[in-house]
Amino acid sequence: MSTMRKIGRALKLPALSMFVAFLVGGVFIFLTDVEMLKQLTSNPLGAVGAGLGRVGAAYGALLRGAFGDPATYGDALASGGDVRVWTRAVRPLVESVVASVPLIFVGLGVSVAFRTGIFNIGGAGQFAIGALGGTTAALLFGAGVTPAPVAIVMIMLFGIAGGALWAFIPGFLKARVGASEVITTIMLNSIASQLIFFVVMNSEFIQQEQRLQPVSKELSKYVDIPGILPIEALRLDIAFPIALLTAVAVSYFLFRSTKGFELRTAGLNLAAAKYAGIGASSSIITAMLISGGISGLGGALVVVGMAKQLAPGVEGSVGFTAIAIALVGRTRPSGVVATALVFGFLQQGGRLMQIETIIPIQMLLFVQALVIAFIAAPDLTMQILKNPFRGLSRRSPNSKLKGVS
Amino acid sequence: MRLELQKITKQFPGVLANDRISISVDKGQVLGLLGENGAGKTTLMNILSGLYRPDSGKILIDGKERVFRDPAQAIEAGIGMVHQHFMLVPVFDVTESVVLGNEPTKGPLGSFDRAAARAQVVELSKKHGLHVDPDAKIESLPVGVRQRVEILKALYRKSDILVLDEPSAVLTPQETEELFEIIRGLAKGGTSIIFITHKLNEVIAVADKITVLRRGAVAGETTPKKATSAKLAEMMVGREVQLTVDRSRAKAARTILDVDRLRVLNDEGKLVVDDVSFEVKSGEILAVAGVQGNGQTELVEALTGLRATDSGTIVLDGVDLTNVSPRKVATAGVAHIPEDRNRDGMVKGMTVAENFILNSYHLPPFSSGGVLNRREIALAAERAVKDFDVRTPSIDTDIANLSGGNQQKVIVAREFSRGVKLVIAAQPTRGLDVGSIEYIHKRIVEQRDAGAAVLIVSTELDEVLALGDRVAVMYEGRIVGILDSKQATRERVGLLMGGIQK
Repeated sequence: MSTMRKIGRALKLPALSMFVAFLVGGVFIFLTDVEMLKQLTSNPLGAVGAGLGRVGAAYGALLRGAFGDPATYGDALASGGDVRVWTRAVRPLVESVVASVPLIFVGLGVSVAFRTGIFNIGGAGQFAIGALGGTTAALLFGAGVTPAPVAIVMIMLFGIAGGALWAFIPGFLKARVGASEVITTIMLNSIASQLIFFVVMNSEFIQQEQRLQPVSKELSKYVDIPGILPIEALRLDIAFPIALLTAVAVSYFLFRSTKGFELRTAGLNLAAAKYAGIGASSSIITAMLISGGISGLGGALVVVGMAKQLAPGVEGSVGFTAIAIALVGRTRPSGVVATALVFGFLQQGGRLMQIETIIPIQMLLFVQALVIAFIAAPDLTMQILKNPFRGLSRRSPNSKLKGVS
Repeated sequence: MRLELQKITKQFPGVLANDRISISVDKGQVLGLLGENGAGKTTLMNILSGLYRPDSGKILIDGKERVFRDPAQAIEAGIGMVHQHFMLVPVFDVTESVVLGNEPTKGPLGSFDRAAARAQVVELSKKHGLHVDPDAKIESLPVGVRQRVEILKALYRKSDILVLDEPSAVLTPQETEELFEIIRGLAKGGTSIIFITHKLNEVIAVADKITVLRRGAVAGETTPKKATSAKLAEMMVGREVQLTVDRSRAKAARTILDVDRLRVLNDEGKLVVDDVSFEVKSGEILAVAGVQGNGQTELVEALTGLRATDSGTIVLDGVDLTNVSPRKVATAGVAHIPEDRNRDGMVKGMTVAENFILNSYHLPPFSSGGVLNRREIALAAERAVKDFDVRTPSIDTDIANLSGGNQQKVIVAREFSRGVKLVIAAQPTRGLDVGSIEYIHKRIVEQRDAGAAVLIVSTELDEVLALGDRVAVMYEGRIVGILDSKQATRERVGLLMGGIQK
C-alpha cells in the first residue's frame, strides 16, 4: 500500500504537468488556426467549433500515431492471426518504443553525471562516438568473422569504450585543471559529429562500397541484432531490454554500491565529500566514464540494430532531449525510463499529427517544452489546476516567502 | 508605539505553531522573546511582518487593530525586521543597500539620487550611533557591520518597532556587546524593540521585559531583575536544566595529540597558524578560545587533513598524521565535529541513515565488496538515533528536514560511534538551543571520561570555561597562553583573546 502510494505521489506531478501542457498546447493549436480566425467575426460559433474540431483532430492523430488506430486493432483481431494486418496495427506502438530507446540510454547516461554534480551536456557526442565504435566492431567482427553472439558483445563493448573515451576527456580536464564541463562537452559534441562526417566520407573501411554517399556500409549485412518480437518486420530488438537492464543496473549502482554513494555525496555537497574522505577528482572521472559509457552503448546498439547504417547526424537531437528527460525524471532511473517512453510516444505520434492535420511538428515540440516547464515549476502547475486565473496573477505562499528576501 | 499581539493562533498541518500567544511591547521598551528552536518565535514574527495571516487573534498598534495582508503593509505600519540571515546584495555599497526598495529620486525620469541617499544614510547613522562607512561594499564588511546596515535599513523605512531575530548568532562577544549598546540607544530614542533569542544571558543583559515561549505557547513572563538564568532555562525547556557541566577533574594520562611548531597558510597564502605547539592528553579537554578568524579554523582543518600544513608536525598517539588524507585521520581514531555543519558535516538531500555512514560507508559492516549493506546500516542508524536521542520521523528522513540540534546530534552520533582516541570539536554548539547544548556537552565529557583526548575550539567564552580542563587562547595565529582551568577566569581569557598579555 505504502509503495503504491509513493508511486502515486511520484507520478502525480508529471501526470498533472502533462495534462496542463496539453491543455495549453490545445489553446495554441486553436489560436494558430488561420482559417478559423478569419471566420471568427462572420460566424463565431462555427469558427470556434471548427477550431475545437482541429484541436481534437490533432490530439486524436497524436494518440493514433503513438499507440495505433483502434480500427486497425479491430481489423487485426477480426483477421485472426494475419501477420500483415497485425504488423500494421501495432507498428505505431512499436515505433514509439523504438524512438524511446536512444532516449533511455542517453537519459540514464547524463543522469549519472548530474547525480555527481557534473553537467554533462555531451550525451550527443558520446552517443555518436559510441555509434562509431559499434559500427567499427560490426565491420571487424561481423559477417562470420566471429560467432554472432561474440560480435554483438564486441559491438556493445566498442560502443561503451567509445562513449567512455569521449566523456573521459572533459572529465579529466575538469578534474585536473578545472575546465568547465559544460563548455568542453559542447565542443566535443561538435567534434564528434564532424568526426563521423569525416569517417563516412573518407574511410574506405567504413564508407559504403560504392563510396558515393557519406554513409557507412549496410551494417545488417555484417551483423543481425536479434529482434524481440515475433514479427520480423517490426524493428524492436534486444536494445530495448538492454536499456531496461541498464536502468536497473544504474539504479543498483547509485543507491546500493559504495561508489554510487560516493558519487551522490560529491554531487550533493563537495565539501562534505572531502570531509568524508571522498576524492573529488576520482568521483568526477568515474562518473564521466560511466555516463559516457552508457550513452555510447546506446549509440552502438541503435545504429547497428535499428538504423543499420552510420550516417552524419546519427545523434540527432538526442543529447538535448535526454537532458530534459533526465531532469523531468528527477535523475532517477525509473523516472528516466518512464519519461523517455512518453517522449518516444510524443515523437512518434507527432509524425502522424503532422501528416493528417498539417499542424507543424513545431507545435508538438512546443507541447514537449511545456511539459518540461510545468514540471520544473510545480507551484505554478498546482495553482493553475486549482484556479487558472489566480495561478497566473497571484504568487503562491512559497514564492511569497522567497520574494520578501 | 505600543505593539500588542492578542491571542495569536496559527495552525500548520500537524503542528499548532502558535497557541493563543499574547505579547506586548511599549514605546522605548526592549522585549526579550526567549524560546528554543521550534517554540514558535519565528512563526509569530512572520505573522507580525505580514508573511502569514493568523488563524485567529489580533495585532494592535497603539490600541488600534491592524491587519497585514503582505510585508509591505507591515513595513508601512512601522514594523522593521532584521533577519537572522542577512538579506543584502554583496556587490552593493552601504548606501545602496540601505535605500534599496525606497530610493530617493530626482529629475523627470526619476533617476537615483545618490547624493541625497548618501546624505540620508550618513544622517541616520549619526543620529543612532550606528557607525558605518556609507561607501563600503557589503562584501568587504564583517558580519557585525552588515547587521548594522540591516538595522539602518529598517530605520530608514521609519520603523518604530524593530524586530531582531537571533541577532547575536553570527557575532563575536565584542560585536554582541556593541549591538547591545545600539539597542539601548535606539530604545532610549523611542523605538520599541523585540529581541528574539535563545541565549539566556543576552535577554538578561538587554531586555526590559522577558516573554518565554515553549511549544507554541507563552510559558511565562518576567523581568531581568526577577529572573535568573536557571529559572529562564527551566521555563524555556519545561524542566530543570543544568547550565554548568557537571564533571569531575580530569585524570590526564599519556599524551595523545602532539602538535609541534605547526604553521598553516590560508587560501590566500597568508600565514594564519604561526608556530603553534601544544599537546592534549588522554582524559583531558583542551579548549581553544579566541575571536573568530584568529587561525582556529585553519588549525582544525590542518589537524583533520582538510588543509595542507606549511611546516611542523602532528602526531597522534605515536603515529605521524601530518598532511595525511581526512580518511586516514578518521581511521586513526579522530572524531571530527566540523565548525560549519551545513557545509562539511552533513549532506542535505541524503537521509539520516546515509549521513550516519558518511565517512564509514566503505568499512564493514556497512559495506562489503563495494556493495552497501542496507540492513546493517539501518540497524546501526536506528541504534544511533535512539542512543543520541535524535528527534526524527525515521532514519529515512532527509537530514535537511531536521532541526539544527538534531542534525548536530546525527553528526555527533556518527563521530562517536567509531573507536575514538581524539575528539576534535569545532564550535560544537553554535546555533543550538539550550537543551541540545546541554546534551552535546554531556556527550563530549563522556568521551573524555572514557579516556579520549578532547580538543574543543570555540568562540563562546562560556563554553570554553565550562568544558576546558586547560584553556588555550589563540590570537593572530599564535597560542598566546595556555591556562589551567583554575587560572582561567573570564577576565584573563578575555584579555588574552584581545591580544593583551598581562
